[in-house]
Amino acid sequence: MTRITTDTVEQVADLSKLILSDEELAGFQEQLDKIIGYFEVLNSLDTTGVEPLAHPLDLRNVFRQDTVEDSASRKDALANAPDKTDEAYKVPVVIESS
Amino acid sequence: MQYETVIGLETHAQFHTRSKMFCGCKTDFGAPPNTQTCPVCQGLPGTLPVVNRYAVELGLRAALALRCHIAPVTQFDRKNYFYPDLPKNYQVSQNYHNLGVDGRLEIEVDGQAREVGIWNVHLEEDAGKLEHPEDTGANYTAIDLNRAGTPLLEIVSAPDMRSAGEANAYMNELAAILRHLDISDCKMQEGSLRFEAGISVRPVGGEKFGNRVEVKNLNSMSAVVKAIEHERERQVAVLESGGTVPSQTMLWDVQREVTEPMRSKEEAKDYRYFPEPDLVPIEISPEWLDQVREQMSELPAARRKRFIAELDLPPYDAGVIVEQKPIADYFEQTVEQGVEPKTAANWIMGEVMRVLNERLCEIDDLPVSPPMLAELIGLVTDDRISNSVGKTVFGEMCSSGKKAGEIVEEKGLAQISDSGELEAVVKQVLADNPDAVADLESGKQQAKGFLIGQIMRATRGKANPKLAGELIDRLTGD
Ligand SMILES: [Zn+2]
Repeated sequence: MTRITTDTVEQVADLSKLILSDEELAGFQEQLDKIIGYFEVLNSLDTTGVEPLAHPLDLRNVFRQDTVEDSASRKDALANAPDKTDEAYKVPVVIESS
Repeated sequence: MQYETVIGLETHAQFHTRSKMFCGCKTDFGAPPNTQTCPVCQGLPGTLPVVNRYAVELGLRAALALRCHIAPVTQFDRKNYFYPDLPKNYQVSQNYHNLGVDGRLEIEVDGQAREVGIWNVHLEEDAGKLEHPEDTGANYTAIDLNRAGTPLLEIVSAPDMRSAGEANAYMNELAAILRHLDISDCKMQEGSLRFEAGISVRPVGGEKFGNRVEVKNLNSMSAVVKAIEHERERQVAVLESGGTVPSQTMLWDVQREVTEPMRSKEEAKDYRYFPEPDLVPIEISPEWLDQVREQMSELPAARRKRFIAELDLPPYDAGVIVEQKPIADYFEQTVEQGVEPKTAANWIMGEVMRVLNERLCEIDDLPVSPPMLAELIGLVTDDRISNSVGKTVFGEMCSSGKKAGEIVEEKGLAQISDSGELEAVVKQVLADNPDAVADLESGKQQAKGFLIGQIMRATRGKANPKLAGELIDRLTGD
């Protein structure tokens, strides 16, 4: 039985904003199915009565105080943007409403 | 058929902190675009977030005020979605171990107390802002990340409200609490308080909820109220015509006052929440909770009750005054100066709030301190100046910052309570208005009010109206 169908791959691709060809879909279906298969090994472990772990580190309450620190300059902030205006990042038009 | 509306509200409030949720960038509103960012809130690879402790405390204040169960251990989760206002492609939020759950908020509608369940209270970070250039030909969207990472509180209510009026009461009470506890400044026009409404209708007495419509883009409390009323009508019409209301997300169109389906493809909500590996859990000890409780001031509901029971304020006045903590504080400080509470309330709800609205300023910006207002009210209640002169003096105090006594002295505004001095004025007014005198002598009492008005005019409001009335009685030989 396959754990991952091409429908699932399509959905994941859609969420990741990726357009995949039919060939790629089939290829990723096979690969993802194998990857998920490895987790079956973990599933075979009996975890009855074990609290789910929220974090692997045995650390708690790592905080900073509410103090202001210097921000980056706008020039630095926008330095790596592939497209920008004088003051902002530029992206393709986002349609929010009619 | 009779229908009932079922409403749940999601509230987002920006915390009143100096710095962001996970980095030291400022959270000031209105700063030039992209000047309050750093590698952490820009979502650059290799950076690590560190939690702002004060934001957690403010969240705890809210959770306690809303009588939630507080999680002994709380944890952040990643909410994954792809949108350009979100530099990391996920929002750090809470899903599995919310800060507070199962709370409640008591509201009052038409004198009836009602309880609205609170499903959860949790912490998250705000997203950046998309700016659509005004030039309609522009083929891009600009992104300002100043807001990205601003500490945010989300409060999710149960679908317990049944009318726009109840939703309105809920929003106002919630905002009053958030302001009173200094959790958020709740400035809707600056986006620091935002609502989303889940609205459905069902036949009265029905057990199953109808399909839920989520309405976004609600930029004021009145927009929420209007959207609820609009959705109710729309959904009932669909059901009446035999159709079904689809579950969907709609946007409120402020200009046209209608809801419109979102045009962009609303992907099935699949946020793939998972625990945020970059942040360790937060343990909330009973000692920490006690400390937070100690920092909390009296809640608005308790304060209203106290003002009604101990200061004898009418419930309406108590409601208006307690809505904003600085005003309630100002009122109490005025009363502490010995002013009779109802009189203080009248002045604050009248003149003080009028000036605040005119100047669009906060009460703390007013140069008139509570002792200064108390002095002014004292001059009026002691009949040293008339009520109308008092209002003029108040206006003067607001612009010059001078004390009431000084202004009265400088401008010669003291009330004329000396009968000899006033008699001359009264005689003149009577001589100038023979018709009114004749009316009065033939028993028409309203003529007396007219004559007193003339006397007030002649003295520029300085005549003591009671004394003027007595003099009219005497001089008209009544
Ligand atoms: Zn930052």
